[in-house]
Amino acid sequence: MITAERKPMGEIMESIDGCGRILLVGCNECVTVCAAGGRKEVALLASALQMASMKKGRVLDVREMTLERQCDPEYVEELAPHIGQVDAVLSMACGCGVQEIARRFKTTRVFPALNTKFMGASEGPGIWAERCQGCGDCLLGITGGICPIARCAKRLMNGPCGGSSNGRCEISDDVDCAWHLIWERMKELGIEDRYEDVISAKDWRAGRGGGPRRIVREDLE
Amino acid sequence: MKTESVLEKVFATGELAVTGECGPPRGALPDVVKNKAAMLKGYVDAVNVTDNQTAMVRMSSFAASVFLRQMDLHPVFQMVTRDRNRLAMQSDIIGAYSHGINTMLCLSGDHTQFGDHAMAANVHDLDSVQLIQTVRGMRDEGRFQGGAEIKNPPRMFIGAAANPFADPFELRVARLAKKVKAGVDFIQTQCIYNIDKFETWMEGVRERGLHEEVYIMAGITPMKSAGMARYMKKKVPGMDVPDELVKRMEGVPKEKQAQEGIDICVESIERLREVEGVSGFHIMAIEWEEKVPEIVQRAGLYPRPQV
Repeated sequence: MITAERKPMGEIMESIDGCGRILLVGCNECVTVCAAGGRKEVALLASALQMASMKKGRVLDVREMTLERQCDPEYVEELAPHIGQVDAVLSMACGCGVQEIARRFKTTRVFPALNTKFMGASEGPGIWAERCQGCGDCLLGITGGICPIARCAKRLMNGPCGGSSNGRCEISDDVDCAWHLIWERMKELGIEDRYEDVISAKDWRAGRGGGPRRIVREDLE
Repeated sequence: MKTESVLEKVFATGELAVTGECGPPRGALPDVVKNKAAMLKGYVDAVNVTDNQTAMVRMSSFAASVFLRQMDLHPVFQMVTRDRNRLAMQSDIIGAYSHGINTMLCLSGDHTQFGDHAMAANVHDLDSVQLIQTVRGMRDEGRFQGGAEIKNPPRMFIGAAANPFADPFELRVARLAKKVKAGVDFIQTQCIYNIDKFETWMEGVRERGLHEEVYIMAGITPMKSAGMARYMKKKVPGMDVPDELVKRMEGVPKEKQAQEGIDICVESIERLREVEGVSGFHIMAIEWEEKVPEIVQRAGLYPRPQV
């Protein structure tokens, strides 16, 4: 999923400074799962914003909505009847959702309430970790199901570097050495000999190197 | 011979090769480079010129290497994949070769987190193994990594690093094999303090016959003080400093610790030169270049062969 974290309250308040009425919009997808921008977080932020405004002697009208998917034009359309009644939209979706609202409502200001972080998975209650950088040319089949691009601090494709210690990365004891994990997994799979296959220089065009990416499926158009 | 590299020629004589290290300064200070290099002249075959080591901005390895060439020294032009993409790296390689620099070391580089620009992007377009492949392709096939032909290809003698002390230890011979497969000509190891562990690694290297495919230089760093020994043990990633060594440094009065460090270094070389497959020594006397002549002489590595 796409993970996100709420921005600091001060930054959010600053962004909507001068607005009397805002539409606070959550998303039912990834940001709900990572407890950053679902219905519950929308309600919490709405109260927090109103309280912070009251402390400053102002009244802030916050309308709450949570869309099924903020990155999908079909659901974003649901905002249309409300958009003319507010000064700005504050989005609690990932960057995709914020941009979809901005694209649809050209004369309405939209501010992000979250910092979009990464594509990751849950490692336990309240913990998410990066798993994929969307390089567009998946290597997981030859790296034992563990991605060195997303999970090695130096994104080494032929690691580990000399800083791997007790299974941990040199940058932090909280970070697993991706190549240690890959090696352990290769042993479990009985494919240690594959470690010595040199992975050649990557073609980053499949990723961000080729500029902004699109997928066009003619069969679905 | 693959190249005109003096280091390659020394290896070919069968004598133990010796390299030193020159860390460029953090400023436009050409004299600092020249003074460090001058201390090494005549006592080493080639001098590594580090590339923004510890992820701190310094005079470029390229520029400092050119100063060494002007002094008729032979730089080992270090290049990390952290700071530049494949276009920039390849242009520097042909630029360096055009200045008579024919020996280089391919590294991934310390993570930016350890330096004073932790906010910088880590490039890592290539990793160190892919950089080796690239430089070999430029030399042997006369092609850029992208496939186009190079006019007058750079004939670089290609080095890389190996850390026998990092984890997982069982993988460390295979990691060397991978660099050999990619086309590396010589290896400089991480500083060796745990000689027993290094010997175990070398056994694995010999079992695979890798010492016959690549020249392995043992990395040596003299310790100035017991404090430095403790720091290296605890703080430097991938460093293995045995307790006995720290105790030995602590066991002598402070004013004699530097000399003890040099003694340890000379003793290490004496033991390591007996290890089959060790083809030379890479002496990294960090900000202590003036001690290299003494180490080289006392270790019986002087005079250097004329090639």
